Amino acid sequence: MTSTNSPKLDPLATADSQETLNSEIQDISTTYEQRVKADPKQEETQPRLNYPPYRSSLLRHPTKDLHHTDPETIELHSPAFGHRDVHQLESDLTIQHNGEPLGERIVIRGRVLDGNGRPVRNQLIEVWQANASGRYIHKRDQHPAPIDPNFSGVGRAITGDDGTYEFTTIKPAPYPWKNHHNAWRPAHVHFSLFGTDFTQRMITQMYFPGDPLFALDPIYQSITDQKARDRLVATYDHSITSHEWNTGYRWDIILTGSQQTWMEEEDHDHS
Amino acid sequence: MTTHDLTPTPGQTIGPFFGYFNAAEQVHLPFEDGDHLVPPADDRAIQLTGTVFDGEGTPIPDAMIEIWQADEHGDIPKQDGSLIRDPFAFTGWGRGTTDNVGTYRFTTVQPGATDEGKAPFIHIVVFARGLLNKLHTRAYIPETEGLENDATLSALGDRAETLIAKRDGKRLIFDIHLQGNNETVFFSYPGMDYPKP
Ligand SMILES: [Fe+2]
Repeated sequence: MTSTNSPKLDPLATADSQETLNSEIQDISTTYEQRVKADPKQEETQPRLNYPPYRSSLLRHPTKDLHHTDPETIELHSPAFGHRDVHQLESDLTIQHNGEPLGERIVIRGRVLDGNGRPVRNQLIEVWQANASGRYIHKRDQHPAPIDPNFSGVGRAITGDDGTYEFTTIKPAPYPWKNHHNAWRPAHVHFSLFGTDFTQRMITQMYFPGDPLFALDPIYQSITDQKARDRLVATYDHSITSHEWNTGYRWDIILTGSQQTWMEEEDHDHS
Repeated sequence: MTTHDLTPTPGQTIGPFFGYFNAAEQVHLPFEDGDHLVPPADDRAIQLTGTVFDGEGTPIPDAMIEIWQADEHGDIPKQDGSLIRDPFAFTGWGRGTTDNVGTYRFTTVQPGATDEGKAPFIHIVVFARGLLNKLHTRAYIPETEGLENDATLSALGDRAETLIAKRDGKRLIFDIHLQGNNETVFFSYPGMDYPKP
């Protein structure tokens, strides 16, 4: 439990240097790697909820153990979305205004699968992001980089029968934030996903390969395991790049296993 | 990533820029009538409301809350159209954000029992800046059949109190404490491994 006297909660803590952050991140990483080396079962696949280098997590993480339980009733189902909800053109973030947005036009394509490898069909997938200058359309974004009148940075799609999705957008730029002095987020696209069970609901961020800010970013580093972090990084894919039009990235998303489908299959076996 | 790797993709914080909705514009995730599962004038309408607090008891003004629930008969909705609502269709899902003083509000119906004698609840997912992954919880409906012998609630002892909404007329009040003495019980489900540092 963090106390109010913790120096990390001091508003002036935003004066912490990147070097201070790096050493905090490194300490956690070293401890984690030693622990996994001693006991591979300790491998982590999700971000820590309590990750002190991300200052805002200090007072916003539960300190009691989460209660592990099996999903019940409505939790074995998910809300339904379809083309009643989302128009096909909403997956192209470059055609929402009269003119072409500035920046590098990219296509992000991939599949949404559940933990058993089954495609998540006809389900809602939403994205939002900064523009090519690292600026969001948002009242709280004060970064003095230009807004692009031709780019809102929001898109939606419904996955196909094989779980595929595709967005056409602009490659976002890194942007500064106030976690510490001279803090910058690696370029990323926020993703929001639904599965077949509401327990699979998730929100995450997709990153671009080789970003020099990875090592410096406490949000990305809150996932202590390198293999797990890599799962958030898209792959450049020249087969998605198209001639004289866009570059292409591939990123597949795996949700936690669907309990619903297992149960239905078990029921089926017994009937 | 190879297709053989079926380890779940990690979550990340929703961050501060997930958007807002007002009469003039919609940005990013929130949308018109996202928090109105039924119109306020609907005879069945109740309000589910509460405040989201951090570990110092300070309200959190930048959280996004989603709810998912059965209808008043305990039927699980299969109806699409949550994003462009038909006021006569109940989809069971809603999305809202906390306001400047950390309060969220949904207009919905009180869910019925999905099975005879099963305590009804509204499933809630919490996202916020500073919260590195989603958190699941349940708002159980007070004075309903099945609450007293519900296995999940019984297993929680005193902490079960944090999961039972309080009734105030047509309002159900369900505050969410991410941390602290009144910390809300949050659930993890099979396949989702939150690290324990
Ligand atoms: Fe962002």
